[in-house]
Amino acid sequence: MDAYVSLFIQAAFVENLALAFFLGMCTFLAVSKRVETAIGLGVAVIVIQIITVPVNYMIYTFLLADGALAWAGLADVDLSFLGLVSYIGVIAALVQILEMTLDKYFPKLYNALGIFLPLITVNCAILGGTLFMVERQYNFPESVVFGAGSGTGWAIALIALAGIREKLRYSDVPQGLQGLGIAFIIVGLMSLSFMGFSGI
Amino acid sequence: MSEARTVLIDPLVDNNPVTLQMLGICSALAVTTSLLPALLMCIALTSVAALAGAAISALRHRIPNNIRIIVHMTIIASLVILVDQLLKAYAFETSKQLSVFVGLIITNCIVLGRAEAFAMKNGVVMSFIDGLGNGLGYSIILIAVATLRELFGAGTLLGYPVLETVANGGWYEANGLMLLPPSAFFIIGLLIWGIRTWRTQQVEKPEYQIHEVHRTEAY
Repeated sequence: MDAYVSLFIQAAFVENLALAFFLGMCTFLAVSKRVETAIGLGVAVIVIQIITVPVNYMIYTFLLADGALAWAGLADVDLSFLGLVSYIGVIAALVQILEMTLDKYFPKLYNALGIFLPLITVNCAILGGTLFMVERQYNFPESVVFGAGSGTGWAIALIALAGIREKLRYSDVPQGLQGLGIAFIIVGLMSLSFMGFSGI
Repeated sequence: MSEARTVLIDPLVDNNPVTLQMLGICSALAVTTSLLPALLMCIALTSVAALAGAAISALRHRIPNNIRIIVHMTIIASLVILVDQLLKAYAFETSKQLSVFVGLIITNCIVLGRAEAFAMKNGVVMSFIDGLGNGLGYSIILIAVATLRELFGAGTLLGYPVLETVANGGWYEANGLMLLPPSAFFIIGLLIWGIRTWRTQQVEKPEYQIHEVHRTEAY
């Protein structure tokens, strides 16, 4: 149990996908202008991340990895080069399914998330989570925890940045630095402070 | 011909994908701690962007509109697999350093963004040039950041010592912060500041203007 807690903390804070690996930066900077929308996108990312990382884990272990097709009598087939195309397909399909499910059963949540759901397909944080899972060879429960942790970390960073940028509207920023420039500097400072978590 | 030149040159500074369109920062900054992986990443992204532009443009009349994103993704992913396999075959050490970030070219917004905005509306050659231009615009930023980080973080360029560090008996005290993630954000932020001071038309309008009240107006 301890191992899972520490994996969660590590994925959420120490190795924060946005602040330590620069993943999902485009969405991170574009959607962090208001706290409300940031919360919506954050929740959506957590949900998708919890589902996609374990599903891609299963695809990898039972279909793609070297010798994974042994159960079908094809022990010496190695399909791992098809990894990228399958992961992105899985992500796109899952996002689509989640969108339809939410639309049917939770229309309120669906309306709140709005355009962010389809955008998540091209969010590097999601694909990055899967690729890290493959590279670090997590097992099934670890991949669930890693998905939850990395999604949560990304959401926390996004909401915090949105809060700061809302306050920032009232401050006097040098002309050339307005908008994108100052956002980068703030993200840099946040990244510095998140590095303080390493060692926990 | 001049149109092709504009398409190629425009994304380098005036319409740079990273600093102005805010695309494709995602997967890239983590590979800028030293120059060599950054260069490889630039070559990989530029070739994928150019080839994807050409391929999508060639197929643009056959791609059904409502499933176009998934078609784009598949084309891009196939190209990225190609690049990934090539890197593994010919530059294995550096491809290990790049780890997951080559795969993340798939979700790099520059490639998909140019496919959507340009390749779906223009011919094959122009789309190829557009991909090339945007790839190069991204490369300029990446190489600038990587040069700064490697030079001041480790005192070397492409592995050759330039500033002799104290650890090697030289005079330069290596700046460890440069090798950590926050420095990449700071450098990009300052780079944007620099470009926008030079090209003032890129400055963003403030969303909220504090209304200055003059003493006479207040009464």
